[in-house]
Amino acid sequence: MKTALLAGATGALFGVGLIVSGMTQADKVVDFLDLANLWDPSLAFVMAGAIAVHLVLYRLVLRRKSPLFAESFGIPTRTDIDGRLVGGAALFGIGWGLGGYCPGPGLVSMTSGASNAIAFVLALTVGMQLFHMYEVHRAGPAEARPTPKPQPSPFPSKESA
Amino acid sequence: MDLARFLLSLWVHTAPTERVSALDPGDPMILSPNFDPVSAAAGGALIGLAATFLMLSLGRIAGISGIYGGLLRPKAGDTSWRLAFVLGLLGAGAVASLFAPEALAPTASRSLLATVAAGLIVGVGVRVGNGCTSGHGVCGLSRFSRRSLVATLTFMATGIATASLIQIFFGGVA
Repeated sequence: MKTALLAGATGALFGVGLIVSGMTQADKVVDFLDLANLWDPSLAFVMAGAIAVHLVLYRLVLRRKSPLFAESFGIPTRTDIDGRLVGGAALFGIGWGLGGYCPGPGLVSMTSGASNAIAFVLALTVGMQLFHMYEVHRAGPAEARPTPKPQPSPFPSKESA
Repeated sequence: MDLARFLLSLWVHTAPTERVSALDPGDPMILSPNFDPVSAAAGGALIGLAATFLMLSLGRIAGISGIYGGLLRPKAGDTSWRLAFVLGLLGAGAVASLFAPEALAPTASRSLLATVAAGLIVGVGVRVGNGCTSGHGVCGLSRFSRRSLVATLTFMATGIATASLIQIFFGGVA
């Protein structure tokens, strides 16, 4: 219950950040990505502001042995660049430029009742679900799958090493 | 032929009348009057703060596509915080839609059809590439993750290419 309340408050803060930054106005995102028209550099300032804060505070947080209300930090440890990463990111960018929404602003904007935002989130959900179904299909029946390797402890953060 | 024209009219729902293009030779790059660096950086700082709180309290990366996508494959004990986070996002939006609806204004330059196609592509893309603007762009870059740097450069490049090509070939309307 406590963790859910914390996560809810954090989500709300994240949402307020998106709203204050203007990223829930799809026009500002389109105007950032569209270099062939009047340019709105806002999105770069949003990312710079977010990274400037998180870059410093993230490192302070990681001085702790564990998070306040969980057993360990869940930090990705992969460093390999594969086609899946690049291909997925490329697809995401195409959809982003086409619709003017990425998942966060889409979810927040949906509450306005704007049909575009609602349609985006519904289609986003379908797209995610389609990929899940493809992955399950590709993996074959559950009994035929090799047992997954135990996850290494997520704590070590020496990812850039 | 008529069918093709009809389908195209669904896609390009407004005929562009006057194109404003900065690509014309001799034209300087012009900034949009909507550009607001202070709000952008301040809002960004709040996003960075939220990402820090999530790491400090639950040890989780604040990647929206990962948090939301995890709800579609619920695992025991791993659902309530995701649901709460998404409800928090929606709550912020609901308050804004009451008091400042213009802050959630959709763009008039994208048709419903284009937006649905965009949603499908984004849904697949963020799951294949393990992240979106928040997970790779904010959290990953803050961690100096090589994977996130590559992902961010890639989606920025294809996003800019897509929106710019829509401007060049369809007058900015899709």
